[in-house]
Amino acid sequence: MKNFGYTIQRDQSIDIDQNDRRIVNYLLSLEPSFNLCLGCGSCTGTCTAGHFVDFNIRRVHTLLRRGESKQLKTEMKKCMFCGKCQLVCPRGVNLRNLIITIQRAIEQIG
Amino acid sequence: MKIEGKRRIWKDYQKEIAEDRYFYVRSCVRQNFFPGSERTFLRIMKDELNKDVFENAAHTTCSGIGYHSDIVPFETVMTMVARQFALMTESGYENFTTSCITSFGLYTEILETWQHFPDVELRVREHLKKATGREFIVPKNLSHASDVIFKFRKEIANKAKFKLINKHTGKPIQVVEHIGCHYSRMFPSKGVGGAEYPYVLVGMIEDWGGEVIDYPERRHCCGFGFRQYLVQANRGYSLSCSKKKFDSMAPYKPDCILTNCPGCPMFLDRWQYALSEMEGITYGENGQGIPVLTYEELAGMMLGYNPWDLGLQVHQVPVEPLLDKIGIPYNPEQKFLTLDGMSIGKPETPTFLKFY
Ligand code: SF4
Ligand code: SF4
Repeated sequence: MKNFGYTIQRDQSIDIDQNDRRIVNYLLSLEPSFNLCLGCGSCTGTCTAGHFVDFNIRRVHTLLRRGESKQLKTEMKKCMFCGKCQLVCPRGVNLRNLIITIQRAIEQIG
Repeated sequence: MKIEGKRRIWKDYQKEIAEDRYFYVRSCVRQNFFPGSERTFLRIMKDELNKDVFENAAHTTCSGIGYHSDIVPFETVMTMVARQFALMTESGYENFTTSCITSFGLYTEILETWQHFPDVELRVREHLKKATGREFIVPKNLSHASDVIFKFRKEIANKAKFKLINKHTGKPIQVVEHIGCHYSRMFPSKGVGGAEYPYVLVGMIEDWGGEVIDYPERRHCCGFGFRQYLVQANRGYSLSCSKKKFDSMAPYKPDCILTNCPGCPMFLDRWQYALSEMEGITYGENGQGIPVLTYEELAGMMLGYNPWDLGLQVHQVPVEPLLDKIGIPYNPEQKFLTLDGMSIGKPETPTFLKFY
């Protein structure tokens, strides 16, 4: 390949049509309470793991909905299943089950 | 649906385009990029439409590229443009027609400035008088050459020998149209269709039988952006902009791209070669690229002019696949010959892009 002295910058726009929504569809079928999330961030605010490491469970929700599942594999290992997020969630989202299901989905779907 | 209301709204998106007697100013870069285009415009205007188009040999660059690269100050640019207006006045014309979109945008910007700040116009008049002894009248009508071809698109369709129809499938040729940013984005009322619905190229494509592709990045810049390209270290940004467009249009399988700016066909054409050499990507079928045309070239093709007289041999992306689809004859033997049969030299064969 030729080098003309300049490079191509990768496009950073998110093309939702191109993204893989299999994981989010799987989650919604197994844990429908995920649909009730209003994105308030209370789960993140109270998250024990998030106090110590760079982990943001609300961000995980966003990545899932956009179908950006590549980063999730390492991300989900940070959760310690304490369940505090579930206690504060104003919508009663079953977060612990959601997180377990995400991990299972990553294993099965990739 | 009430069609009258729509028609009334659409009227706001029209612009006045002079009927005849044009003072035509060439572009300083197009003659290198697409050397046959301006000659084809003059040929169509004079031979096909019997219009009076005048050129003045004393015309110079408008310095628009220098202006948009922050090299030439606005005061200087205005005085240079005032000189072009003086040439028009001295030649006895009132309708100013530019070949270049950068010039068109610049002339529009200057006329608008003078309208809002008459004292600036007076100052420029004084500068011009002191520097050259010249005086000028402001053009009665300012149009881009694509406006003029748009105005006469139906006359061209009536005289056309070919239509934008794929002769193998009988279906309309699928065209991506790309409008130069400075055509109507800065001053929407000065372009046909404004900034929201630029119609200048769509009108030609539809009247000549083709179909326009609406794709997500249709209004994205071609990538020229002046300093993005002129500074070598920034060139990757220009290339990335073009790539974004190609990636977005490719799934719709365009047969060609039609443009009305000097920069757009240059970058949409040449960057396809650069992308193929850097990454091995080609955007057409079987290693072909997507041919990129100027509106004059397309009009000339429809009128049955010899493709090599239109300058199609200097395109980086070969145009032959499109000519074959429409059924326009060409002689491959003459591709790299001058009118008197001398060789103009053959370019190096690209590694990936299919070459004819
Ligand atoms: S269960 Fe996981 S995500 Fe929820 S608060 Fe505990 S560590 Fe954070
Ligand atoms: S606390 Fe509940 S509603 Fe709020 S962002 Fe977390 S999951 Fe969604």
